[in-house]
Amino acid sequence: MATQNLRHALFCAVVTLVISYPILGLNLEAWGTNVVLTGANTTTVISVLLAAVAVFLFQLFRDRIMGTLGKLPPISPFANREPMPQAKWERLKSAFLTLLIIAGLIWPFVASRGAVDLSTLVLIYIMLALGLNVVVGLAGLLDLGYVAFYAVGAYTFALLSQYFGVSFWLALPIGALLAATFGFLLGFPVLRLRGDYLAIVTLGFGEIIRILLNNWTQLTGGPNGIGGIPDPTLFGMEFGRRVREEGNTSFHETFGIAYSSEHKVIFLYLIALVLAVITALVIRRLMRMPVGRAWEALREDEIAARSLGLSRTAVKLSAFTIGAFFAGFAGTVFASKQGFISPESFVFLESAIILAIVVLGGMGSQIGVILAAIAVTILPELAREFSEYRMLIFGAAMVLMMVWRPQGLMPMRRTHIELKKQE
Amino acid sequence: MSMLALEDVHTHYGKIEALHGVSVEVNRGEIVSLIGANGAGKTTLLMTVCGSPQATSGRVILEGRDITREPTASIMRSGIAIVPEGRRIFSGLTVEENLHMGGFFNTKAEIRKSQAYVYELFPRLKEREHQRAGTMSGGEQQMLAIGRALMSKPSMIILDEPSLGLAPLVIKQIFEIIGQLRDEGMTVFLVEQNAHQALGLADRGYVLETGRIRLHDTGANLLANPDVQNAYLGG
Repeated sequence: MATQNLRHALFCAVVTLVISYPILGLNLEAWGTNVVLTGANTTTVISVLLAAVAVFLFQLFRDRIMGTLGKLPPISPFANREPMPQAKWERLKSAFLTLLIIAGLIWPFVASRGAVDLSTLVLIYIMLALGLNVVVGLAGLLDLGYVAFYAVGAYTFALLSQYFGVSFWLALPIGALLAATFGFLLGFPVLRLRGDYLAIVTLGFGEIIRILLNNWTQLTGGPNGIGGIPDPTLFGMEFGRRVREEGNTSFHETFGIAYSSEHKVIFLYLIALVLAVITALVIRRLMRMPVGRAWEALREDEIAARSLGLSRTAVKLSAFTIGAFFAGFAGTVFASKQGFISPESFVFLESAIILAIVVLGGMGSQIGVILAAIAVTILPELAREFSEYRMLIFGAAMVLMMVWRPQGLMPMRRTHIELKKQE
Repeated sequence: MSMLALEDVHTHYGKIEALHGVSVEVNRGEIVSLIGANGAGKTTLLMTVCGSPQATSGRVILEGRDITREPTASIMRSGIAIVPEGRRIFSGLTVEENLHMGGFFNTKAEIRKSQAYVYELFPRLKEREHQRAGTMSGGEQQMLAIGRALMSKPSMIILDEPSLGLAPLVIKQIFEIIGQLRDEGMTVFLVEQNAHQALGLADRGYVLETGRIRLHDTGANLLANPDVQNAYLGG
């Protein structure tokens, strides 16, 4: 009982910290023309810490405190309950997702510009992680070079816009399809490989793409990257102060509102949100279709899957291609958001982070992966104050996670064993 | 009448020849047992039927069609089903999902029908319908493996060592089911180390030794054969 109380109290204190610090502590301040995210001053930090300590102490001694008050609800809300019926869990899950999407839609209009910008990045990572989840989580193919497809998507848009003036909306499907083609082509040689060998070949592929982009100076600009990538337009309306392309109008003039650089940020965020939702819905559907079960069957037992007449080639290629497709999607949005891309953005560490998101979230679980993408992208930003130690903290968090919840934040649910009622 | 025929099949693993010209015939509606010691090539023979590895020479004929050079996936979709050695169920999937994988290329209505049939054959599976397959006992997993193979409504089923690692009582149950399948018109090709039970059930039997067929006779005759008794039935 004592250890349970202690763990519960610790958990509550950490939640208090995580929730109250960003809300109370982080400020956006104008520094000349820039907006800077600054940390809290000492009083706020101290009061947040005090609040956490208060929560911790209360939860630790709640039995005694509540006992004197005459009420003693059970500490674990799940202690005396029946397991949740499957249908209810499903309903809860879709309600949660709907709520998440609605919150996502309202968010940019209440949050600061920096926060919206960061959220766009989070959404890009969500797309990437959902795509990789198909390859690693469902089909069980360890892909360490996933960032290559992200790079293909981003560079497709950058190059097309630089050489042919192609707009975002046209580049989006082209980038995704080209990335999917790369996934398909890579799929062929690696089909025979499994486990470690597959990981090494995909790792190599990721590096090949990056080095190619770095050295093909005439086409890609090499390490200098490509700049001036246009922003997306809304039915021909541009978000800049002045119209860049003939025939377009600008957003603020059309609607007769004052120009604000925030419009563009919010618009990009909304595009990323819509694309992330589409990604999630499409993959969710695929998971429930026979092809989704075929991926899982191949991951569970390749020989058995083949004995049932499944073609190893077709199943693996479909996973690779679909995963790459969504990476291409994310890449195009990324290029548009940054306005400038260089091979620097597509190093192995990116692949590792996306993979970490999938593993942390719980392989195969969509909600888990989404939560993990949020956590992994935002945590380093929040810990910016600790500057050089933040990667250390990030690493420690990962290790602790692996010790306590090796199956991930929200592992994929499948078991529906109904526990027998006691007498 | 012949359902499956192997004609002078040679199979190689790299440079090593594992089957040195094997001819086996399985007629429609009968149980044929293939027995042999460890390393005799029993599993290799089955894998050759499935096209992985493919025979280097000779022919494999399924219902009059030469399938020697066909890819595994298309062989496994043409009315033949295999219960692989060591069961190989999808342990992370539920029992029901496992069965649905077995009927992957069938329509939903067909899947419903075969699922009901499998549950009738193995009521235990119905009880465990929504349980993760890996959490079941060995015998239940073997039942699931057989049930999964039956889901594609095959006209012939190949079983690779269905008694492996199971309790005698469960083995008896499994063999009863196999007999029942034959009575319903299914062709069964049974590969076993458990020679006594396999030959007792079989209409005909083959004895495989180091990649060659040594003996071929009816099941009862093989059981009575002194050579077989010495080598496989413990004298």
